[in-house]
Amino acid sequence: MKNLFASGHRACGGCGMAIAIKLILEATGENVFVVSPTGCLEIVSSPYPETSWRVPWIHSLFENAASVASGIEAGLKALGRKDEGKVLAIGGDGGTADIGMGALSGMFERGHDVTYICYDNEAYMNTGVQRSSMTPIGASATTTPAGKVSYGEIHPKKDLVSIAVAHGLGYVASASVGYAADLMDKVKKAVDHDGPSFIHLHSSCCTGWRHPSSKTVEVMRLAVLTGLWPLYEVVDGEVVNVKRLAKRLPVEDYLKTQGRFSHLFKTDEGAEVIRQIQAMADANAEQYGLDLDIEE
Amino acid sequence: MQVVEGSYAIAHAVKRCRPDVISAYPITPQTHIVEDLAQFVADGELECEFVPVDSEHSAMSVALGASAVGARAYSASTSQGLALMWEVLYNVSGMRLPVVMTAVNRAMSAPLSIWNDQQDTIGARDSGWIQIYVEDIQEAHDAMIQGYKIAESKDVMLPLMVCADGFILTHTYEPVVLAEQIEVDDFLPPYEPEYFLSVDNPLSFGCFAEPDKYMEFRYMQHEAMDRARIKIKEVADEFGKAFGRYYGGLIEGYNLDGAEIVLLTFGSIIGTIKEVVDREKNVGILKIRSYRPFPLVEIRDALKDAKVVAVIEKDFSAGFEGALFTDVKAALYNHINDLKMLGFVVGLGGRDVRADDILEIIKRSKSAMDGGITDEWQFIGLRGELL
Amino acid sequence: MKLRIGAIADPGTSVVNLTGGWRTEIPRITPELCIRCFNCVIYCPESAVKYSDKEGIYFDYDYCKGCGICSNECSGHAIYMEMEEK
Ligand SMILES: Cc1ncc(C[n+]2csc(CCOP(=O)(O)OP(=O)(O)O)c2C)c(N)n1
Ligand code: SF4
Ligand code: SF4
Ligand code: SF4
Ligand SMILES: [Mg+2]
Repeated sequence: MKNLFASGHRACGGCGMAIAIKLILEATGENVFVVSPTGCLEIVSSPYPETSWRVPWIHSLFENAASVASGIEAGLKALGRKDEGKVLAIGGDGGTADIGMGALSGMFERGHDVTYICYDNEAYMNTGVQRSSMTPIGASATTTPAGKVSYGEIHPKKDLVSIAVAHGLGYVASASVGYAADLMDKVKKAVDHDGPSFIHLHSSCCTGWRHPSSKTVEVMRLAVLTGLWPLYEVVDGEVVNVKRLAKRLPVEDYLKTQGRFSHLFKTDEGAEVIRQIQAMADANAEQYGLDLDIEE
Repeated sequence: MQVVEGSYAIAHAVKRCRPDVISAYPITPQTHIVEDLAQFVADGELECEFVPVDSEHSAMSVALGASAVGARAYSASTSQGLALMWEVLYNVSGMRLPVVMTAVNRAMSAPLSIWNDQQDTIGARDSGWIQIYVEDIQEAHDAMIQGYKIAESKDVMLPLMVCADGFILTHTYEPVVLAEQIEVDDFLPPYEPEYFLSVDNPLSFGCFAEPDKYMEFRYMQHEAMDRARIKIKEVADEFGKAFGRYYGGLIEGYNLDGAEIVLLTFGSIIGTIKEVVDREKNVGILKIRSYRPFPLVEIRDALKDAKVVAVIEKDFSAGFEGALFTDVKAALYNHINDLKMLGFVVGLGGRDVRADDILEIIKRSKSAMDGGITDEWQFIGLRGELL
Repeated sequence: MKLRIGAIADPGTSVVNLTGGWRTEIPRITPELCIRCFNCVIYCPESAVKYSDKEGIYFDYDYCKGCGICSNECSGHAIYMEMEEK
């Protein structure tokens, strides 16, 4: 392995994001400029004078990674250094789908040659597991806690892939840290693609999701195997390379692995929410044709 | 000499500085500057990446990214736009990226007003940017060229904003000497930073600092501001030699010899004040060119023989007084204590500042000199009938 | 060491931070069981699982945080976790 993300970083043991970064850089190689917004990634990797990055890297603010990446790309072009490397932005779900959405939309629309990867750990982890617009229904986060009269987050996740596709991007994909080869393959395609590209990457946070650190990869695979996190690409607007499932698992198999959903298993209302989540997985299966046995 | 719009003169000067990346978002009265620049690019007169972004926050972020890879970057904004950039302004200065911008001066909403005053840039005073206030269109043009040389100099490496009064300096036409390319190329070397993002030396920018180091990084910015004091003067002198125009270094005095009353201010209002002062005896003007770094020593020296100083400004801090007034008083305290100090707020939200207003300020200053009682700090030109 | 302007850092310098001290459990390997699937190498968040033809799979205990992913993902059940004696 190239080890472009150096050891000694301060991510929690078992952090999915740390695996993600190492795999992403393994796929891109060293000729890449990386921009990260404020969040866990930035904090664990850059306490001055230490940095874990062995590629040129910049952190500016929470909401402007896409704009800084645009500036880097424009700067490289203007200086005649475009061949030096590709520009990559890697940001959390908060920095991407919430506070950074305007900047991201602008970067897409202007057609900058930038690959944007959102590692989605489904909450604001760096500030203590507050909900984001990507926190799934039923999850308990510190600003949407489960309580006597609440089952936690009530809004469904934004469909980031569709938002990217709606900007007319040539290459968009969903990916999971639980599927390393697939992820690296998609990163290569995204980076090789001319113009903006986007990857929505499911990335577990064992601390915020409350599962044992050893289960990170397993939990992420369960999200895929239950149909809650479909893996697919959208190339020039067409959904392709959907990962089919020989036997889709019930969503409980995923939910029960994590403390953030544990309250759902204790009440009737929780059972109803689980049924709702199952319906979402079923809808995904329908939309993307996930089930092999039904198709064939 | 050509009669051009102020915005055109500024855009022309920026073009002559050969920026690699320009990024801006439209807002009155900054728009003509960036429209002119866009036209230069469209006509092939200026080779650069022009990035028309989704917000001012993004505009400054694009400039930041571009500057970090070693490109010369430019932006322009005003008022609400500058306020939206605020977070990024601190970031650019903290990363020591010498971005240069034109901060067109306009009032802050609410109530919404597109007209001139200086509340916007005063709000950005503590963002770590060098702030140069200009008096007329020619100076605005020239300050852009000086700006890059100051900001990019190895011992400064700080961003710089040229503050120019909206409409008064952007939308009026005046005869201006537009710099030739060859003159600017001789004056301004290409930007060659010591540290920049590159694959060959993959540095990390934007690391965070623990309490054991943060304070030192801030102190280093302060030291750079101190060195900028010298650099601003040097560059003004060099510019004077090369182009034959000089506006002072950090400050510039006007009729200060023997002046008992000194009107201290910045920006385009100086034009009006000069006309009045020319007809008065013993009244001089002290123009502040560089607000940050603040010319403490120069102000003390210039005011040492004065009896009254009247600070005139188009901004104030609600619940206190004018920001420049506070700063001038602070600079003099412990140094010159027998000077009577008065502060006047004028021209907020585009209110016309007339010769009569200046005469009133002089009258009140004289009265104070003669032992009369007047408020230390006051609004001039308020319409009492509306209150 | 003097500070560099702008808090600009040199590449890969976090290697001075030996995160092995965070560990409570430690991974061990039974080499005979290893089927060389390399899941451990691929998924270790610390890049602390190494491989060489001579030594096979081994751990860099300077950085291993003891998360247990390598053991959980091991196809051959070759990696097991033990409480670490300190
Ligand atoms: C403008 C601004 N608002 C709020 C914050 C505080 N803040 C820092 S990181 C963060 C959450 C990051 O969440 P996400 O992008 O999902 O990344 P994660 O930490 O989960 O990896 C927040 C709210 C900030 N730094 N800047
Ligand atoms: S809080 Fe979560 S995302 Fe952040 S470093 Fe820890 S495990 Fe990773
Ligand atoms: S226990 Fe975790 S950190 Fe240690 S080697 Fe295994 S995967 Fe890596
Ligand atoms: S995961 Fe297990 S079987 Fe696979 S290479 Fe590592 S030790 Fe060997
Ligand atoms: Mg997050």
